[in-house]
Amino acid sequence: MPDVESSGNEALAARRAVMALCALAHPAELRAALAASEAPEAEDLRPPETGLVMARGRIGGDGRRFNLGEVTVTRAAVRLAEGETGFAYHLGRDRAKARLAAILDALWQQPDRRHAVERALAPVAAREEAERQAQARRTAATRVDFFTLARGED
Amino acid sequence: MYVAVKGGEAAIASAHRLLAEARRGDPAVPEIGVDQIAGQLALLVDRVMTEGSLHDRDLAALALKQARGDLIEAVFLVRAYRTTLPRFGASEPLDTGAMRLARRVSATYKDLPGGQVLGPTFDYTHRLIDFALAAEGASEPAAQAEPAPDAARAPRVTDLLGQDGLIEASPPDEGAPVGDLTREPLDFPAERDLRLQALARGDEGFVLALAYSTQRGYGRTHPFVGEIRVGEVEVEFVPEELGFAVPLGRLAVTECQTVNQFHGSAAEAPRFTRGYGLAFGHSERKAMAMALVDRALRADELGEAGGAPAQDQEFVLAHCDALQATGFVEHLKLPHYVDFQAELELVRRMRAEHAEATQEAAE
Repeated sequence: MPDVESSGNEALAARRAVMALCALAHPAELRAALAASEAPEAEDLRPPETGLVMARGRIGGDGRRFNLGEVTVTRAAVRLAEGETGFAYHLGRDRAKARLAAILDALWQQPDRRHAVERALAPVAAREEAERQAQARRTAATRVDFFTLARGED
Repeated sequence: MYVAVKGGEAAIASAHRLLAEARRGDPAVPEIGVDQIAGQLALLVDRVMTEGSLHDRDLAALALKQARGDLIEAVFLVRAYRTTLPRFGASEPLDTGAMRLARRVSATYKDLPGGQVLGPTFDYTHRLIDFALAAEGASEPAAQAEPAPDAARAPRVTDLLGQDGLIEASPPDEGAPVGDLTREPLDFPAERDLRLQALARGDEGFVLALAYSTQRGYGRTHPFVGEIRVGEVEVEFVPEELGFAVPLGRLAVTECQTVNQFHGSAAEAPRFTRGYGLAFGHSERKAMAMALVDRALRADELGEAGGAPAQDQEFVLAHCDALQATGFVEHLKLPHYVDFQAELELVRRMRAEHAEATQEAAE
């Protein structure tokens, strides 16, 4: 059933994109997005909690894995009155923000609300893209071309 | 053996209040904010994150404030904090090849796909004190330029050399369990994954000195800096309840790859070898020193003559952790009255015996 699988992959990619935006959003941006999505009540499936994830690298960048060091991560899990469950895992220690993101993840899973959630997060994507471009422009100004001087023969 | 003491509670409480006052300094001067430390002492914060082995900028900045800027004390606070938190698991491996670059330089190639960008660097500054910084004032805004078309894709330099077989490949990921020295005490000989974990959290000064020693002849490996890249990478984690990789956000890291002395044997054609360094934040000196020491520690594996301090993994790994080192050195200042009393009595007895023996000889 390749069609079912590919549509499943697309849905997962879209959900991950929403999760990525929530992770990068400022708390105020998530509050605004949630207000715009007319969120119903949500109960905690698991109260927001801060813990650690061990960040792994690869030897040589592409080889065997090793443990670089830990990162603080905050997670939340909620259930909407309609039954959908939402999850969030974010870098940092902001429990309120993780809970907001978990609610948005749950809302996104309601097919009739999916686009509203994505629209509500569009300003986050726009800010991120603007910041990325601004940083890329400042970095590009430091691009360097070194010339090698001929070594003298004597 | 250390024998504990009792008492001193009132003096200790007062000392801590005095510490709080000393930390604050002159009340006429505005108090420093954690956001100011995180933003304006950024490289110090990066070092606390790297050696504290915990990426959390605000926490590292707060630790520095609490520690009055004492780096190792701040690392101590961060390490103590992490022991209070549950571990959710391990991330998917970071893809440094997909890094959003803030800086990328190579000492081996002038022309690289993706180009070289200096980023915010102290390199090529004159190291003259800038007295203008003592007076508050806005700095000149950063220059801007249109990114070149090839800037979006910048493969690792070692991947380019690897295409021609001129350089060894990275050790393959065969799915072996990843060693974790925060869970199991280090056992020697340690594999390269554990060595890199220890070096990543190791004291920058110690690792730097060891790296320098290899350059001066104590375990020479002829390094070139193939590439240093600084920037942000996505970090992902697969929670059990979801079963797919969840994007957690972006982490700032610095990676250094060295290209070292070639190595060959009857069976293998000569080719360059490599050392690897990776650290949180913009930690260039640390990543470079780590890569040099990583390569030096491969002496056995590559059949090189050993014997230099930087090649001795027990010496390097057992002493590179600033927290362990400071714990053992600094415990010496705590009361050792019982130990010392025992030694005092021993010396008195030995002196009495010595005096007796001398007198007998004289008689």
